[in-house]
Amino acid sequence: MNEIPVFFLHGLAYAGLLFLVSAGLTLVFGMMNVLNFAHAAMYMLGAYFSYSIMMHFTGQFWLSLMVCPAILFIIGALIERFLLRRVHKFGHVQELLLTFGLAYIITELVKWYWGNYPLAVNIGGFLGSTIQIIGITYPVYRIFIFLCAIFVGTVMALILYKTRLGIILRAAVNDSEMTNTLGVNVPLVFMGVFAFGAALSGFAGVIAGPLLSTFPGMAQEILLDAFVVIVVGGFGSLGGAVVASLLIGQLQSFGVLLFPKLSIALVYLLMAVVLIIKPSGLFGEEQ
Amino acid sequence: MLEVRDIHSYYGKSHILHGVSLDLKEGELVCLLGRNGVGKSTTLKSIMGVVKPQQGSIRFRDQELTGKDPYEIARLGVGYVPEDRRIFRSLTVHENLLMGIKSGEKESVGEGGWTVERVYQLFPRLEERKNNKGSHLSGGEQQMLTVVRTLMGNPRVILIDEPTEGLAPLIVKDVLDMLVTVRKSGVTILMVEQNFKAAIKVADRFYIMSKGQIVFAGNTAALLAAEEVRKNYLEV
Repeated sequence: MNEIPVFFLHGLAYAGLLFLVSAGLTLVFGMMNVLNFAHAAMYMLGAYFSYSIMMHFTGQFWLSLMVCPAILFIIGALIERFLLRRVHKFGHVQELLLTFGLAYIITELVKWYWGNYPLAVNIGGFLGSTIQIIGITYPVYRIFIFLCAIFVGTVMALILYKTRLGIILRAAVNDSEMTNTLGVNVPLVFMGVFAFGAALSGFAGVIAGPLLSTFPGMAQEILLDAFVVIVVGGFGSLGGAVVASLLIGQLQSFGVLLFPKLSIALVYLLMAVVLIIKPSGLFGEEQ
Repeated sequence: MLEVRDIHSYYGKSHILHGVSLDLKEGELVCLLGRNGVGKSTTLKSIMGVVKPQQGSIRFRDQELTGKDPYEIARLGVGYVPEDRRIFRSLTVHENLLMGIKSGEKESVGEGGWTVERVYQLFPRLEERKNNKGSHLSGGEQQMLTVVRTLMGNPRVILIDEPTEGLAPLIVKDVLDMLVTVRKSGVTILMVEQNFKAAIKVADRFYIMSKGQIVFAGNTAALLAAEEVRKNYLEV
C-alpha cells in the first residue's frame, strides 16, 4: 500500500512544474489580456537549450538553470517589444493569432534543429538519487521540483505584496490604463512582465527536461494543463495558480491511479465545475 | 496653462471630436457641460493621451502633449480622474493612494505638496478604511479615493470626469466641497459634468459641447443669461 504516498508526491512534483509554467502565463494574461499560446513553446525552448548546454558542458545542470531563463528573458522582451506591442493596437484576436503563430514557428524550429524525437537528459549526483521519505524510497529530483516551485512562488509573492513594484503590478492587473494615467510606464512594465513570464517558463523547461523527456510535443502537453490552471485559479491570480496547480497535480496523479481511462477528462471536468460555480475562477476578481 | 487647439479624435472609424478648442488658466475651475455622448469624456481622454487625437495640438506649459503616452503626460503634471471611479479593486485604500505617487519623483511638481498624511488629515474617512480593499468602499468613498489618488502625484492640473455621477445628493455635496478644497490648494481643474446645478456652484467658467464641438464658452453670469443655450444643449 505504498501507492498513495507515491502518487501524492508525484502529484506535488507535477503541481510544482505546472505552477512554474502557469505563474507567468496568468500574470501576462491578467495584465495584458493576452492569452499567450507561445508560453509553452518557450518552456520547450528552455528544455532544449538546457539539453544543449548539458551536452556541451557535461552535467552542468545548475549552469543551465541560470543561463536558460536569462536567454528566454531576452527572447520574451524582444517578442513583446517588436511583435506584440505592434499588434496590440489591432486587438486581442490578432495578439492571440500572433502568439499562436509564434508557437508553431518555435516548434518547427525546434524540430529542424534538434530533431523530431525525444531526447533524454540525465541528471547525476545527489539530484539524480533517491531518498527515504515517509516510509518509501523516492527520487530526490521530484522533491527538488516542488521545492523550486515553493521558492519561486515565495519570491513572487514577496515582490507582489511587499514592494512598490508589486503594488504597481497588481494595479496593472486590475486596470492597466488607469495605472498608465497615474504616471507608470506601463509599456515597460508589460515588457518586463512578459520577459519575466518567458524566463519563468524557460526555468520550468530546464526543470522538466530530466523529469519528462524533451520532445517537440512537450509544449502542447503542458499548455492545456496550464490553461486549465489559470482558468480554475482565476486569471491574473498568483494565489489561484498555486491552489489550482496543486489541485490539478493531484487530480492528474490520482486520476492515473484510480481511473486510468478518464484521467485527462477529470481535469476538464474540474474546470467545467469551477466555471459553472464561479465563472471568474477560484480566486478571480469578478468583473 | 493648457491650450487645446482644434483637436479631432476618433474611436475606430467614428469621428468623435470635430475641432475642439479650449483654454485653462492657472488656478481656474472650468466645467465642460453637455448631454450624453457629445464628446466630453473623449476631450479629457484626448488631453490625457488615452485617446490619440489625429489632428490639432494640445499644449501644456509650453510642451506639446499630442503623441505622448498617458504616463508621460501624467509625469508632466496632468492628473486624470476617469468616470466610473476606477479604483484598484484588489488593492487596499492605502495601496491605492501609494499608486498615485509617481515613481522616481521625490519632490512634488505641483504646488499642492500632497502626501498620504495630509490626505488622511483632510479626509479621515479614508484613514479609517485604509486597510480595506478598494472594492469594499461605498460609491462616495470610491469617488473621494480616485480624486485623492490622482492628487498624490501632485498634478498642476487635474481632469475630472463626472465626479458626481450616480451619487446621493448629500455625497455630491461632499465631493464638490472636496473639489473646492483641492482647487484652493492651487490645483487647476477641468471637470466634465452633466449635473449643471452641481457645476454652477463651484465652477468659474463653462464650456458647453454638442456633437463633438464647443458651442458655448463663458462664465457663470453668461451661462445663466444664455437661456437659449441652456435649453438647447443642457436641459433634457
